[in-house]
Amino acid sequence: MDIEQLEIRQHMAQFAPFEYLGDEWLDQVATRVEISYFQAGTDILTLDQEVNELCYVRSGAVEVSRRSGQLFDRLVEGDIFGYSDIMRNRRVRFPVRAIEDTLIYFVPAELFDALRADNDDFADFVETGGDRLKATIDQQRSDNQMNSTRVRRLIRRKPTMVDIQTPVGEVARRMREDNVTSVLVLSDEGEEANGPRHFMTQEGQVRRLAGLLTDRDCCIRTLAENLGGETPVGEVMSTSLITAPSDASIYDATMTMLNHNIQHLPILYRRRPIGVLELSDVMRYETRSSLYLVSSIFNQSGLAGLVRLSGDVPLAFARLVDEGADAHMIGRTMATICRSFIRKLLELGEAELGPPPIPYCFMVLGSCARDEQTVFADQDHAMILDDSFVEAEHDEYFQSLARFVSDGLAACSYPLCKGDIMSTNQRWRQPLSVWQGYFRDWIENPDPEALLHSSIFFDLGYVHGELNMLENLQGLISRLAPRHPFFLAAMSRNALNRTPPLGLFRTFILEKDGQHKDAIDLKRRGTAPLVDLVRVHALACGSSANNTIDRLKDIADTRLLPEGVNDRLRYAFEFISMVRIRHQALAIESNESPDNRLRPDNVESHERHNLKDAFEVLSHAQKFLKFRYPMPSTSSRGRGR
Amino acid sequence: MRDWPQRLQKHYRRWQWHRRGKLVSEWPAYLADRQKKTRDERLEHYFAAGTFDPQTPISDVPLVALDVETTGLDPSRDSIVSIGVQPFTLGRIPVAQSRYWTVKPRRRLSDRSVIYHRLTHSDLANAPRFNEIVGEVLEQLAGRLVVVHYTRIEREFLNAAAKHYLKEPLLFPLVDTMAIEAFHHRRLTWLQRLRGRRPVSLRLHPSRERYNLPPYQAHHALVDALATAELLQAQVARHYALDTPVGVLWE
Repeated sequence: MDIEQLEIRQHMAQFAPFEYLGDEWLDQVATRVEISYFQAGTDILTLDQEVNELCYVRSGAVEVSRRSGQLFDRLVEGDIFGYSDIMRNRRVRFPVRAIEDTLIYFVPAELFDALRADNDDFADFVETGGDRLKATIDQQRSDNQMNSTRVRRLIRRKPTMVDIQTPVGEVARRMREDNVTSVLVLSDEGEEANGPRHFMTQEGQVRRLAGLLTDRDCCIRTLAENLGGETPVGEVMSTSLITAPSDASIYDATMTMLNHNIQHLPILYRRRPIGVLELSDVMRYETRSSLYLVSSIFNQSGLAGLVRLSGDVPLAFARLVDEGADAHMIGRTMATICRSFIRKLLELGEAELGPPPIPYCFMVLGSCARDEQTVFADQDHAMILDDSFVEAEHDEYFQSLARFVSDGLAACSYPLCKGDIMSTNQRWRQPLSVWQGYFRDWIENPDPEALLHSSIFFDLGYVHGELNMLENLQGLISRLAPRHPFFLAAMSRNALNRTPPLGLFRTFILEKDGQHKDAIDLKRRGTAPLVDLVRVHALACGSSANNTIDRLKDIADTRLLPEGVNDRLRYAFEFISMVRIRHQALAIESNESPDNRLRPDNVESHERHNLKDAFEVLSHAQKFLKFRYPMPSTSSRGRGR
Repeated sequence: MRDWPQRLQKHYRRWQWHRRGKLVSEWPAYLADRQKKTRDERLEHYFAAGTFDPQTPISDVPLVALDVETTGLDPSRDSIVSIGVQPFTLGRIPVAQSRYWTVKPRRRLSDRSVIYHRLTHSDLANAPRFNEIVGEVLEQLAGRLVVVHYTRIEREFLNAAAKHYLKEPLLFPLVDTMAIEAFHHRRLTWLQRLRGRRPVSLRLHPSRERYNLPPYQAHHALVDALATAELLQAQVARHYALDTPVGVLWE
């Protein structure tokens, strides 16, 4: 290959979709391009002109306009155009004009068709615009082992299983023989063989997974309770079984253990236990500072220790980014860390103030509830109290507890919520029935203005206390929301308040009206509107998931969104989140305080393309939202009630 | 004007002359004459293809960018080490049609020029001599108007090599992107010169920058040929009408 073609090849190989091509195809492209220069202001493609070539911007900049003359897009070095027309009818639909002196490489259509036929990534890219994102996200994902490795890889032996009648002493001896720290307890009770805990053993018997006994249970639940070795294991085992499927990722399994504060996790294939994962297995598999951080939070005995640990949070965050974790993992880890702080603070608070007089549930809202937290997020939390609540009698306790947690969190660098959405605010520290009233009111009498401030309450995350109180509220929401078009319309109206820019162009942000800005708030203009948008769809389909990605999965099961949109939203969300996360990690590494304001000069050119695509996905989805949840006519208003 | 370098004065006068509407029209006659007199088959073949009527619009003319790399700047002592050609038109540059030759120099390569264009002694030891490839080169140039950046090097070195190996001169019309650049970017007014403004660089790559053309690796005959082709497209787009007669541009 001649050196001149090497120049061409080197340049094209940096940009999608050519970066997906193998060497031979790249050589083909580089030796067959034709080059042409266009002075600023001249037309490159005119409306309805015949096109037989894909156009690649080698240098300069071009503007793509709609038939009406309205600005559609601006492209720079490494961008391609004209290809969608080749795939359609070879007539130009969107005219293109050089807005700077521009050098274009032309790739012949036959070669373009051959590339599409031969290379799936190339084809995907040109056939669905948003898939530059997919490729990037998939790439990031496969780069990260912990995320992609299934938990079954860590299971090295079959679980030790005992019958529910076995005396604890014998179980202890089995544990010694098998050299394990836990056993699974089975029973054959219960006639219905289709219960969630029932499974078929390899010998073909139907058994039920009744519980789990760990070496610690032998000690605490047996010896410490003055029970003898003859006690049947069924009486001392723990029955609140948390399990994970064998194809869960190691990361998911680990988070499950950390979130429930357990050390042993039975792993099921279909419903049959194939082993027990121990937290130490994971630690051995991959040492990650964030996991250590969570376990050390649980081991602290006072606020001072927590405050000291909180200094490590930004570092753990930066390290996760370094190690190539994706946005989903990072968001979840940061949220888990935050919840661990709260849980520990509640534990410390309860130790200081005494046990709670009535049951309660402590919940987080917003990004922490969605498992999408980044560093230095505001604290947003609330308390649901039992309906036996009597203000005069009980409120002092819960107020003190709320203050203890909130001040503690503030000391741990989780700033107080500016909107005062915290359990210290009496409004957000109410009995379940009052909470139910709040939600009924929000949903049944929607007022966009009021909902603007309460959308955060539709992301509810459990932290501590009575889980069923929170589930009750979630159930209420998922029952009511789909039946109230007015509510959905109001929510979608609010979700359209913040729009993405057109894209990044050179050293500035290009707004849709053609204006230039020098920075963009990735949260306000990117992730937040996406979260809002997905939330509306999730509410409409009665999903009780909190995480945006999980919500998208629930939405995918319905027919709410056109085919393909769901995936594109997911990629767009992951990508923008990741840019935001990396931006913050960069600030942490250079000892600045992280923010959400991205300046285009800090963005690499291929990232710039992806970001633009992601904004476009968001923009399309917003348009669809407007049309999907219109404000119903007044007559239909009563129907939902 | 007297303080200008000799070469620029020459360019300036020539462009003055162009602007009076005079065309360099002797070329077709000269080439026809050479075709009759030449004893070399390859040269005859080349001259037979002729050239264009000086009135032909530049946009109708098939072009070819030519670049030679040499061991030095003196045609009587130094020789050609590589030749790159890139056929093109004002509309398109088809990269697939480019050609490149390395040439064994008449004399040993100096170490200085090795650094300059990265061709080593061993690269050139097995390369063909100029007379072995001149036929192929002329085939690429035949029927096309040759475009170079800085006439002197290409014209004088090709002529010197032809005289040495073929015992005949080799001259043909050339469009010089450097001369075009000098004409459009180096005319400083006496006031500008009084204020000490330095004239802009006319070398290939700084010239390209003025048209927003990308930087390429310099001093490779083929890359420079491509760079020259792009530069001419840009110059014509910026300074000339598409129907500008070739006679205005060639020299």
